[in-house]
Amino acid sequence: MCLGVPGRVVEVRGAVALVDFWGVRRETRLDVVDEPVAPGDYILNHVGFAIRKIPAAEIQETLALYDLLLQEAEGDMMAADVRGEIAAARLGKAGRDG
Amino acid sequence: MAELVLDRGVSQLRFRDPGRAHGLAGALQQLCKQIGRDVAVMHVCGSHEQSIAKFGLRTLLPKALNVIMGPGCPVCVTDVPEVDEAVALALDGKIIATYGDMVRVPGTSRSLGDAQAEGARIEILYSAAEAVELARDTTEEVVFFASGFETTAVATAAVVLGDPPANFSVLSAHKYIPPVMEIVAEMPGNRVEGFLAAGHAAAITGSAIFERFVEHHRVPVVVAGFEPLDILAGLVKLLELIRDGTMAVENMFPRCVTPEGNRNAQAQLWRVFRAVGGNWRGIAHIPNGNLRLRDEFAHLDARRRFAIDVQRLWDHAPAALTQSCVCGDIMAGIASPDRCPLFGKECTPDTPVGACMVSNEGTCKIWHQYGGHPDL
Repeated sequence: MCLGVPGRVVEVRGAVALVDFWGVRRETRLDVVDEPVAPGDYILNHVGFAIRKIPAAEIQETLALYDLLLQEAEGDMMAADVRGEIAAARLGKAGRDG
Repeated sequence: MAELVLDRGVSQLRFRDPGRAHGLAGALQQLCKQIGRDVAVMHVCGSHEQSIAKFGLRTLLPKALNVIMGPGCPVCVTDVPEVDEAVALALDGKIIATYGDMVRVPGTSRSLGDAQAEGARIEILYSAAEAVELARDTTEEVVFFASGFETTAVATAAVVLGDPPANFSVLSAHKYIPPVMEIVAEMPGNRVEGFLAAGHAAAITGSAIFERFVEHHRVPVVVAGFEPLDILAGLVKLLELIRDGTMAVENMFPRCVTPEGNRNAQAQLWRVFRAVGGNWRGIAHIPNGNLRLRDEFAHLDARRRFAIDVQRLWDHAPAALTQSCVCGDIMAGIASPDRCPLFGKECTPDTPVGACMVSNEGTCKIWHQYGGHPDL
């Protein structure tokens, strides 16, 4: 539950960002993030909130760990944690309606 | 012999950099030799334990080094009366929205899952924001039964500050990690000589928060990330500090943690919550260990908004099996799951007796999935 998941900001709409997580686009709230974010930035999403902007120099190393975890099968608890964190980012209005 | 064990360990792992893992494991062997006695260190994070168990890190550790999981599972330390409050509200017809692991945590006589089976409405969610959306879509009362450490509490704080609808309230079971480290460090019989602090919780609080702790308790603290190499590197640093008798905080996860932490998140956390004393299941009364809503947000506090009658839940004695459960000792780092007579027998993830077997962050469930102490 504490792993969070990194994603790339696609668009910022006020306090909400559209974020790409391994090809899945979801909304993450920006209320508690430590720094302003812009499209192209990477954030760490935890329970639907960006808790951190990931510094540019650290993006690759961070993504590599999650690449490894996401290769795991459904039953693996670390992978389940990461998938849950992606699910925690909300489908946008369009996603919900469509 | 040590080399053989090491090779077997590494071959099981899919480290991105096995060479570095070897190097770190060798450094740990060397440090233990220099220290010349058995050393116990504690981490306080379910994700750390998952990584340690999943990647079989204990196969790499020197025999003299014991890495213990402390109270790092917020679901597990949610106290029985807190579950009872949620169950009572659910049985009173409120919609309880909560994170999935909370549903099966035992209360005095029922879990939320039991209440659901009796007709109560329990909604499982991934994000605090979903609880607010749920409230917006209904006229019924929605109570967000909020659990988790500071990393998760900041999300609850944000929704409280986000002007939620009038039918939304929060039943906070949020816990704050730094105070429980104080209690564990003071427990009689505790042999813990150093702490590994969890990366993402420290991303919120900052690493400097542990400086006072180090000064008071004379044990070093190292902040570490979740990757196997991060954990090994954190352990190397911790053993170096122990060997040298250096009482300090070291941040080995600077790619995520700064000394001051996330100030924006802290401001919202402490604007909404205050730290009060309370019991952590199986461990102790922890002064300042529970996060509760401040008076300013009393109208959003389920405890103050509703008369919660938990007494009617107390007419059933807890099941006999729970008397043999050693979850409390496990979370205090005094016992390990394989020492519990119920582990893997009466108590499994499908039929959990104690909270440590319920949550994915519970030591027992993690050991049950990945194995705990590898049989070398």
